[in-house]
Amino acid sequence: MPPDLIPTPLSKADQERLAQSGIDLAMRNRCGSYLQMDQDIVHSECSQEGIEVLTYKKAMEKYDWMKDYAWKVVSPDKDEITKYVAAQKDPKGYVILAHKGSSNILPIQACLYLGRQQIQHVHNIIIAEEGAELHIISGCTSGAHVGKGGAHYGISEFYVKKNAKISFTMIHNWTEDIEVFPRSASVVEENGVFLSNYVCMQPVKKVQMYPTATLKGENSVARFSSIVIASPTSYMDLGSRAILEGKGASAELITRAITKGGTIISRGHILGKTAGTRGHLECKGLILQDGRIYAIPEIEGNVVGTELSHEAAVGKLAKEEIEYLMSRGLDEDEATATIIRGFLDVKISGLPEALQKQIDASIDVAEKSGF
Amino acid sequence: MLHIEDLHVKVGDKEVLHDINLHIGEGETHVLLGPNGSGKTTLLMTIMGFSNYVITEGKIVFKGEDVTMMHAHERAQRGIGMLFQRPPTISGLKLGKLLTAISKDKKEDIPKLAESVHMDRFLERDINKGFSGGEIKRSEVLQLMIQNPDFVMLDEPESGVDLENISLIGTAIGSLLEKEKHIVKRQKSGLVITHTGYILDYLETDRGHVMCDGMIKCHGNPREILKDIKQRGYRECLECRQT
Repeated sequence: MPPDLIPTPLSKADQERLAQSGIDLAMRNRCGSYLQMDQDIVHSECSQEGIEVLTYKKAMEKYDWMKDYAWKVVSPDKDEITKYVAAQKDPKGYVILAHKGSSNILPIQACLYLGRQQIQHVHNIIIAEEGAELHIISGCTSGAHVGKGGAHYGISEFYVKKNAKISFTMIHNWTEDIEVFPRSASVVEENGVFLSNYVCMQPVKKVQMYPTATLKGENSVARFSSIVIASPTSYMDLGSRAILEGKGASAELITRAITKGGTIISRGHILGKTAGTRGHLECKGLILQDGRIYAIPEIEGNVVGTELSHEAAVGKLAKEEIEYLMSRGLDEDEATATIIRGFLDVKISGLPEALQKQIDASIDVAEKSGF
Repeated sequence: MLHIEDLHVKVGDKEVLHDINLHIGEGETHVLLGPNGSGKTTLLMTIMGFSNYVITEGKIVFKGEDVTMMHAHERAQRGIGMLFQRPPTISGLKLGKLLTAISKDKKEDIPKLAESVHMDRFLERDINKGFSGGEIKRSEVLQLMIQNPDFVMLDEPESGVDLENISLIGTAIGSLLEKEKHIVKRQKSGLVITHTGYILDYLETDRGHVMCDGMIKCHGNPREILKDIKQRGYRECLECRQT
């Protein structure tokens, strides 16, 4: 008997698109779900003790103090996107709250689905209280035929308290008419860990984002990983920033970017403000067809005792490597796909297996279609 | 097994191999000797089908089929394999993944084969990244064990390898070439480039060829030629060129 699905009005094809962005409507290997279609919240629940998945509105009603977490790390005046979301009288989005000491190994899935030609806006707040461990997969996708003019504005504010951990894996699976503007920021306290992973293997018209992690606490850690492919019509302006404030704080920003003709701007900024902090920024780009990969790595140190480094490389597939694999019996297409697969293979330390598998699976889908 | 006739090869604008003729029969292993830069690796890369090596004249016939115009993978699929002296490092591509890709639908016990050449702990490592000389050669041998070619080319299998590893690699190569089988039943053939000759302690070889300046200058008993070279260097070969 097939498992019960979260009820949605989605067609089979669109359900498949959700699955490709990591959303399992049968809830296999998931402990909670939030599902928003356009501006309608379809589903919001969590079975894991100590963890709540609430709509933004409900969270504000339930917890008086929740307002202290809204618009605190992302400024409502930051830009046109934040102003638009802040001006909404009926705010949408989710709040995921992991109470002190709680943890989930099976991730919570948050699905943002765009089905009509309009702006979908969300405001999310994610809090891991002291000692909590919270894993989230965010699948963002649109119907196959949304048409021109669809856009997604998403504000996300993350709070990683003392000894807590949040991993947030975002898989984008849009169509070539959609514009996407995530605005997110996080604050990480003492010994806290924040992992942010972004995967986009499918066409999108435009993505523009530059999430910032402020590592306030001693020995706090942030790791950003981005794995992206730009199709000929895609314009992706991506970046991540880490501000190292706490003694012993460390950050790693890793990007693998492939263009098949589109534009990828890969920004990165690590600011070392305190002695004993470390940061590394790495961007590797592969140009498969004439397009643009523009890597702008910035490292900035203010004090003696901060250690920052970056490495950036943009190139092509090496013929020598392809022919090496061909000499083992792989044809040219197989050899090329095998090398690209390896290039994109970033193993993220500290990520639960289910999430790493989901990242691998979305790259597999791209590999099957020959990248 | 392999028949090369009047082969001329260009790299860029320059002809680097001239009038090569070579015949290696089924079950035979030949040795290719010659000073650095004489064209030994070039010959192996040409036989493997690397696109930088352009055949301008002559032909390569493998198991009765003309493979001169074939791509590397078509030659590999017909049974030609090569152990590279300096294979490329491929970032992100795990050795285990490549072995799976090479084995295709064959049900090879990859972990067991890897263990036999002490590479079981390298299956999750990027190919050749940070590998020592011995590890590179063991990885190459392991790939060939899965590929299982009928004709194995070995480009200096002992270079950069310590004594303990030479024994391991030598034994594994011996088994690739079916050296444990009776000479009459042996079907695998080989072509080995060596400078030191250490590898010949593990492989009985049938014939030696000396390359100088892109040409094969002489043929003979491999051990005798090697002994000669060890005593007198390649001087006489170079003189040979002038005559």
